[in-house]
Amino acid sequence: MSIKEIIAKRVAQELQDGDVVNLGIGLPTMVSDYVSEEITIYLQSENGILGMGPVPAGDSYDRNIVNAGGKPVTVEPGACYFDSAASFAIIRGGHVDMTVLGALQVDQEGSLASHIIPGKMVPGMGGAMDLVTGSKKVIIAMTHTAKENAPKILEKITLPATAVGKVDKIITELAVIEVTNAGLLLKEIAADTTVAEVQDLTAAKLLIAEDLKIGF
Amino acid sequence: MANKLITADQAADLVQDGMTLMIGGFMSNGTPEILISALIEKGIKDLTVIANDGGTTGTGIGRLIAVGAVRRLIASHIGLNPLTGQLMNKGKMEVRLIPQGTLIEQIRAGGAGLGGVLTPTGLGTEIEVGKEIIEVDGKKYLLEKPLKADVALIRASIADETGNIFYKATTRNFNPLIATAASTVIAAAEEIVPAGGIEPEAIVTPGIFVDYLVGGESYVD
Repeated sequence: MSIKEIIAKRVAQELQDGDVVNLGIGLPTMVSDYVSEEITIYLQSENGILGMGPVPAGDSYDRNIVNAGGKPVTVEPGACYFDSAASFAIIRGGHVDMTVLGALQVDQEGSLASHIIPGKMVPGMGGAMDLVTGSKKVIIAMTHTAKENAPKILEKITLPATAVGKVDKIITELAVIEVTNAGLLLKEIAADTTVAEVQDLTAAKLLIAEDLKIGF
Repeated sequence: MANKLITADQAADLVQDGMTLMIGGFMSNGTPEILISALIEKGIKDLTVIANDGGTTGTGIGRLIAVGAVRRLIASHIGLNPLTGQLMNKGKMEVRLIPQGTLIEQIRAGGAGLGGVLTPTGLGTEIEVGKEIIEVDGKKYLLEKPLKADVALIRASIADETGNIFYKATTRNFNPLIATAASTVIAAAEEIVPAGGIEPEAIVTPGIFVDYLVGGESYVD
């Protein structure tokens, strides 16, 4: 299993039956591959779908149905379409149970940076700022570090903020970390790592949960 | 009721250099390609475009950007069109990035005669710079002002001859909102039917918002 698959699989365990969930482009989208068969979740896509299904099997697809990445997608029975104002009433208005998105940096106060590296990468925030502002729960799904083990989990983000103090949980290939008022609380570590290694690759102090789980 | 049917070339004649355009679509899904083609053929330039995104390479607004017709882009996302970011970083095109939910509400406010909207999105980020922060019942919000345009270009799956519009699937996105917020609204339709050809309950954009209709809309690859 690739690092991304490990992360996506662990994020899927956070989902509860009946949740309305928005998954960001890239790694977060993979979470839908690992949803337990015992629960039903409803995928919201900010371009205007509630009840989004998987990408079409085979070569034929309906050009009128795309996901937020502009790629062909299907819908589940009971799905509905709406305009962008209704979509963001759902998102900003607190009707989304969980949003999962990637980040370039996250900090111990729950702030994240994901939409711009000034002068270099300028994708724009799209719906991310509204999603993290309005969702009941915000989960960051990302690799624990950047290239050459450069930490992405920091005391304070240095890139422009996508939102301040909105992240609830960080899930990486190494750890599950909760953002609490006291700081970052290490709840779980992967089977092939140690608390010391996770701390070493994190540029903020980790509090260790009393019931720390090992192995996911 | 006045006949709203015109050709794509006549539609392009309604758009002048330097105008502000709102263009429907989400990553080109729901963008009126036939009108984009007519504007490119006309050699339009110096446009300010307000839209969700910069389209993709080879489709939608991405085609207008590629021919240098866009001087200024106001959008939420430009990641799928690398040229946009390059032009922005070189200073050749001005890009203003706005959170998607804020952008659509600014357009809605512009079309609905409102003086703006109050949103929590962007508080504590660069988005709040220069904006008024208003407290309502102990909660802080940014005041975001209305947006309007000279012309809106929208895409209909089915339009009736009075301008009533039905949108298939996700092609709806920004289209019904921008249809309310521009002085002149031009809809390109895949199919145009006689009045009564769309069930009144299925109409999403009332024809009162639509000034002109162009037939023959289809996807580009």
